[in-house]
Amino acid sequence: MAEFRLPLKSRVKKGKHFVAPGDTKNVKRFIVYRYDPDISDNPRMDTFDIDMDNCGPMVLDVLIKIKNEIDPTLTFRRSCREGICGSCAMNINGGNTLACTISADSVMGDTKIYPLPHMPVIKDLVPDLTNFYAQYASIKPWLQNKTNPPEGSERIQSKEDQEKIDEPAACILCACCSTSCPSYWWNSDRFLGPAALLASYRWLVDSRDDAQEERLNDLEDSFRLYRCHTIMNCTNTCPKGLNPAEAIANTKKMLIERHT
Amino acid sequence: MANRPRPLSPHLTIYRWPITMILSIMHRVTGAALSFGMMVFILWLVTIAFSQSGYDFFLLIMKSWLGQLALFLWSFAFFLHFCNGIRHLYWDTGRGFNKDKVELSARLVILGSVVLTVFFWLAK
Repeated sequence: MAEFRLPLKSRVKKGKHFVAPGDTKNVKRFIVYRYDPDISDNPRMDTFDIDMDNCGPMVLDVLIKIKNEIDPTLTFRRSCREGICGSCAMNINGGNTLACTISADSVMGDTKIYPLPHMPVIKDLVPDLTNFYAQYASIKPWLQNKTNPPEGSERIQSKEDQEKIDEPAACILCACCSTSCPSYWWNSDRFLGPAALLASYRWLVDSRDDAQEERLNDLEDSFRLYRCHTIMNCTNTCPKGLNPAEAIANTKKMLIERHT
Repeated sequence: MANRPRPLSPHLTIYRWPITMILSIMHRVTGAALSFGMMVFILWLVTIAFSQSGYDFFLLIMKSWLGQLALFLWSFAFFLHFCNGIRHLYWDTGRGFNKDKVELSARLVILGSVVLTVFFWLAK
């Protein structure tokens, strides 16, 4: 049964307020989830008033400014700052997205920043993704062949066959989709989640892969695949504009067609 | 404080619910409501079969404002579940998954179930 309330030790308290310097004109307020594993206390929401005239345009720029100038203990993952590494995935104003590709003034009023939802928190905005990566590994995300490639050549693919995997292969494994999915919140121990299922679909439709039968066998399970109830949060939230829900529907279709 | 259990990040209360998520939850809630309503429906059949006085009492309750409200909500639950069920059948063919299309079909389901409920009560 799904547990809708947060455990007692996880409930969020009010935190500190860092006001902007007195002469600042263009102030925007950011309310950020904080959790310090070294202090025996609940997570809290700290408020930062930011001088937007001296700050970069993206939410990630705001976080970096806070870390550099206000509170160096603020902890978050980031790397490429251009939406290709997927490190800075977090919940911003109620939606999962990448801090580096969302504008700091994409909403009026205060901006609330949380870690990805329903995940164990290591520190501040850094969730523990161990289970998420293990699920990705479980779908065997590599080419499986029963034959050798043609002598002196690689495995050739037609343009049309390549187009089938273009979109699902563009996934950056940021975990925005899986952690937006209520089914994944309540059953992440047994449901693979949209990201792993999209990755699985990428190999199912690869014309060079010979393991389609085995892959489908592994998915045919009331939890691993069929906990998807087409809630559509994954597709709505994907920062790369991909469509995991459609890939899952097509996987279900492949399973039905296999039985007929 | 090593090895302290990690806190769980907030979820349901902080997520901004898209219309598709609201409709998904409504589908489940109306499904549960319809199962309960089915028991009332069976009770109605039982009173018809076995007891004139029981049937009269059943009608009395159903014609009260509370009974009418329950029937109204029940009919709405039926039409919403029905319309969204068609949406699910369409999805099962692998179509209609475009982001704009799921929004549009969600709006159509809500509009359709409201219109059907109103027509149902005007026509009776």
